[in-house]
Amino acid sequence: MRRWRLFAIVLLLLAAILLPVGQKNYLVYVLTSWLIFTIAAMGLNLTLGYAGQISLAQASFMAIGAYTTALITLAGWHWVLALPIGLALCFAVGLVLGYPALRVKGHFLAFVTLAFNTLVFLVLRNEEWLTGGTYGLSGMPRPDFGLFSTDRQLPFYYFTLGITVVAALAMWGIVRSPWGRAFKALRENPIRAESLGVDTRRVTLLAFAIGSAYGGLAGALVTPLVQFIEPGSFGLAHSLRILLMVVVGGAGYFFGPFIGAAVVILLPEVLRFTEGYYLIIYSALVIVMLVFVPSGLIGIWGRVRDRFWPRQQVRGDMAEGARLQQ
Amino acid sequence: MSQFLQVLLSGLATGAVYALVAIGFTLVWQAAQTVNFAQGEFVMIPAFFVLIGMNWLGLSFWIALLFGLIISVLVLGLAFKKLIVEPILPHGGITLIIATMALGILLKESAKEFYGAEAQPFPAMFPGDPINVFGAVVSLRDLMNLGISLGIVVLLTLFLNRSRTGRCMQATAQNPGVAEILGVDVKRMVLYTFLINAALAALASFLITPVYLAKFSNGETLGLIAFIAAIVGGFNQIRGALVGGLLIGVLDNLTATYVTAQYRAALPLVLLIVIILVRPQGIMGTSEGRTV
Repeated sequence: MRRWRLFAIVLLLLAAILLPVGQKNYLVYVLTSWLIFTIAAMGLNLTLGYAGQISLAQASFMAIGAYTTALITLAGWHWVLALPIGLALCFAVGLVLGYPALRVKGHFLAFVTLAFNTLVFLVLRNEEWLTGGTYGLSGMPRPDFGLFSTDRQLPFYYFTLGITVVAALAMWGIVRSPWGRAFKALRENPIRAESLGVDTRRVTLLAFAIGSAYGGLAGALVTPLVQFIEPGSFGLAHSLRILLMVVVGGAGYFFGPFIGAAVVILLPEVLRFTEGYYLIIYSALVIVMLVFVPSGLIGIWGRVRDRFWPRQQVRGDMAEGARLQQ
Repeated sequence: MSQFLQVLLSGLATGAVYALVAIGFTLVWQAAQTVNFAQGEFVMIPAFFVLIGMNWLGLSFWIALLFGLIISVLVLGLAFKKLIVEPILPHGGITLIIATMALGILLKESAKEFYGAEAQPFPAMFPGDPINVFGAVVSLRDLMNLGISLGIVVLLTLFLNRSRTGRCMQATAQNPGVAEILGVDVKRMVLYTFLINAALAALASFLITPVYLAKFSNGETLGLIAFIAAIVGGFNQIRGALVGGLLIGVLDNLTATYVTAQYRAALPLVLLIVIILVRPQGIMGTSEGRTV
């Protein structure tokens, strides 16, 4: 099983490298934005899927990352210098936003983060001296590494792919570390986690901060990709989109964000023939999916596997015990 | 002084309609321990049902209102509970929250695609004639909105506290298990709650749409403000929702007039964050024991 998974990952990576070769710029652009949204969704997956804290502010962290990068690169500094500043800023703001999470339960948290998203949007729109207001910022340069310039679409795609792989490896490490296990313990049962010696306050804050930093990373990549940013690209609708990516892919599964982002980014292209009805069809599909497979598209694979290749039941009382928890 | 009174009265009028929507939040919370993120769209859509009744079916205004009310109760009450809440609730609260968000998008986009993206005029139940109240000029419509909303809240409170069905509903909200043992038909009570929520949303829609025009995007801000009103007032109390709604309506108008119109939309959000940090159970709310 392990070897199969490794083989599949290598195969997918090869596909990701070969697929855009010789394609039109538009397709390369769509693939690049798929990678960027995957990073943002990976961060939210840590907060929501692993630590069980609902957040509707991921787009505003993309905004913080994007505007920081834009302002610094416009000032003439290199993107590589702007990145750590943007990440640190997102990490710090994520820590602060995590504080309400210590006080309130799920849905209340959803609205606190929603409020935060709206506040960030208002600041971006109203503080023209800094953010350019509704006109936004434009003309940000793409990073140039001497021999390797990302000015053209394809090199930028590979640059983004490299960063996505690094970000995914880092996430893999976080999820497998003691922290990652603490996140999962927190999601399953906060009180039991606490009794096992998990510092739930610190873990909640960390989940928020790291997830936010991933949002900032995605934002730092959006700036050079589109080279024009304005408040509307980071509104609440985009936070919802990222949330749906996580849920559709499968919250709490490592590869969920990849699949979810692919569906949310590519489905409009596939459903283009339906014109305006895309969002109606899409949201209806999400509701239907939540009714029948609440664990997301990855969960469908799990169901198929259990049906055709059932794993040996280790303890008959496990399923029953889990149900008694409710 | 007269300007202040004017700002205060119109703030109360919008605040009372916010309160109606906020009460829906608290009702659904009590019945299903969930937050309906599509509540704003639940207020946006009944106006379109009325417009469909008038323009497509050729009904007269008052009949169309009745038609809109009935369709709203069936679609936003019965169908919402049977098709979405019931099957998804066992999967957990966050799953249901996300489902209601998707429902919000579905309703919004449906209104846009099937009726139109432009704001449609919506006939008012009462004329907007100005009336002079102690030097302040207020429209009759604002006063009627305030009066009707308060009247509905009083009726609802009386129903919940005095009638047998209302008490059964409250028992269900407090402890479904015990209520069941005592012979309350819990399922039916939960259904009633959803129907009342849909009816309240429809009434709020009829009162507020003449002011805002019927537009597919009306739900976004309305749902957010009503939810904040519910939290600020106290999520598990109907009078909390009332206080929260009135407070936000008045504060919103005062800020826009006397402080800043630019950050007007930020005021309820700041209020929300302050309340959550200082008094999470809300101004009128009682804190709930945490269930593990």
